[in-house]
Formats: sequence, C-alpha cells, structure tokens
Amino acid sequence: MHELSIAQCVVEEACEAASRSGGVRVTKLQLRIGALAGIVDEALRFSFEVAAEGTACQGAALVIERVELRVMCKHCEQSRAISDGFLLVCPECGSPTPDILAGQELELTSLEVQSHAAADS
Amino acid sequence: MQPRILELRTKILKKNDDLARQLRADFARWGVLVTNVVSGPGAGKTELLARTLARLNARYRTAAVVGDLATENDAARLATSGSQVKQILTGTMCHLEAEMVRGAIAEWDLNGCDFLCIENVGNLVCPSSWDLGEDLRVLLCAVTEGEDKPLKYPTLINTADLVIVSKVDLAAAVEFDVDAVLGNIQKVRPGVPVLQLSAKTGQGMEEWIAFLEQRRAEKKEKAPATEEHAADGADGFAAISAAS
Repeated sequence: MHELSIAQCVVEEACEAASRSGGVRVTKLQLRIGALAGIVDEALRFSFEVAAEGTACQGAALVIERVELRVMCKHCEQSRAISDGFLLVCPECGSPTPDILAGQELELTSLEVQSHAAADS
Repeated sequence: MQPRILELRTKILKKNDDLARQLRADFARWGVLVTNVVSGPGAGKTELLARTLARLNARYRTAAVVGDLATENDAARLATSGSQVKQILTGTMCHLEAEMVRGAIAEWDLNGCDFLCIENVGNLVCPSSWDLGEDLRVLLCAVTEGEDKPLKYPTLINTADLVIVSKVDLAAAVEFDVDAVLGNIQKVRPGVPVLQLSAKTGQGMEEWIAFLEQRRAEKKEKAPATEEHAADGADGFAAISAAS
C-alpha cells in the first residue's frame, strides 16, 4: 500500500505549487501514471482523500491519465506498445525489448487552483 | 474569478529524487558502493547480507542499514558480521525512502567506507519507485517462491540491476525449475545479469563478492560518478522552474 506515500507526495507538491502561485484551494489535480509504475488507481484515490484532508487539496478531483507501456524494438526498429501485461518482448517479432520508452511515469501534470476571492465566494 | 490551470509536469516523488541525488553525490565523494537489496519477505536478504558483510569485512570497511516494520532482529543478525549496522523501523511503511536512509547514516562517518548495504523492507511491490541513492539495486528471488514470481511482480524487477536466484541449495527439494525462472526474469527485464546463489552453502558467493568488488573498483575509477543519475531528475527541476 505505497499509494498512501505517493498520495502524500502528490498533496505536498500540489499544495506547495498552488501556494507559490497565490492559489488557496486546489480543485483538480491531473496525474500521469505509467502502466509499469506499480500504482493501483483505486488505492491511490482512496489514499488521496485521506492525505488531502485538512489541506488545500481537500475535496479536489483527481484525474489519472494512464500511460501505456511502450518499448523500442531494435529488431523491427519500431516503437511498440505492450498493451497486454508487462513482458518486455516485441509483440510483433518476439525479440527482447529492454529499452522502455514510456510507462514508468509518476507525474503531477497540472493543477486547477482558485485564488482567495474565488475561494471565499 | 475563474479557477486557473497550473501546468507543472513535476515528478510526484521529486523530493525523494532530489534527496537521493544528494545522497548519491555524498556516496560518490566518500567512495562507497551502495547496494539496495529488495525482495519479498523471506527470500533470504538478511542471511545473504550477513554472510556477504562477513566476507567483505576481511578486506574492507562496510556498513549496513536494514528496514523493517518492527523489531531489531535483522540488525542484530547483520551485526554478527562485525559491520556497523543501523535498524530503520518503518512503523507501517512498506518501503524505505531516501529520507530514512539519510537519517540512519547521519551519525556515521562513511568517508572511506567501501560498501554500504541497504536491506529494504521485504516487499515485492512498494520499494520500486523510491530511489535511495544506491548504485546497485539487487533483487532476490528465492527458489521457494515459485518460478513465475518475476512475471507476477514485473514492476520491481524492472528496476533491478542484478537478480539473485537465492536458496538454490533447496531447488531440488522444492522441485524448482531454474531454467524456467531464468527465462521469466529475461522476459520482464531483458539483459539483466543473474546470479544463482546459496548463502547457506556458499554456492555463488565468490561470484557475488567479485561482482561487488568490481563495481566498487569501477566506481572509484570514475568518481564522482553522479552525472548519469543527476540527469534523470534534471527535467523535473526544469519543469518546476518553468512553471513557477
């Protein structure tokens, strides 16, 4: 259940970024999570609610964009999506594909924030 | 007033990554090779490290930190090797983070220490994303766990620099198919070096120690060896400064 640690980091980064920009309330957070990042969406959503409580992120919507696992096949000289499972094997030619192009992301992409006046109204 | 959108594109674990980068720079300056040993519970991390440290201690200065949710049992076992050892109690936390390692080694003088071994919490999922500033991430996969473990837990193995098939002395007793596990490891982490080892009988230990010694020698040669890893997190910095 490392999603709680991840959620705490998300909330911390978001609160700091919002405060730096003069925002007082975060209403939406957008994340990019790779297929190989080892994150269970439901566990992260649950953890986020807990971690956000009492912070500027409380009640914010969490939008999770999933990034598929993508590798470079040196044999085909093509980038290939691994859509089924996590085997680093080219789905076309069967060659091993150790070069991961995408799918390990753990990113906070953007925030929707409200500044003072809007938050008070 | 309309809500505003802040573009960030920052790494969620930026703080951990930044701290790990600092640790990595310290380790490079001190010339210590740092190994982060990960596996599920009971794969033999402590036994392997106790015996590894005991062997290394004949010629080198070593230290170890070990993470568990509770008890100092593993630290006591590792301390029998004669190494400097610190237990990290994580409470409910299922993995080690860079901050815990920093805290554990804070009072040590590791300048001139040759090897620092970090025994992570026994967990095949959660330690994946936390960089501890290590040079080597070593994953243990015991023959008692079944040949398909690598396929079931691809995330962590995908971050491993070396895989050790451990407890190989028990392979026949538990009807373990070594070739099958070797094939499965290569399917999820193509090209990763693999050692077969039994800490108990000593099989594979020479090769493992030689591997560590070689990596340490390489590190000393090209010190400070921080550029490659520093580059990993550089885009996070760029993104956040561009956004702010």
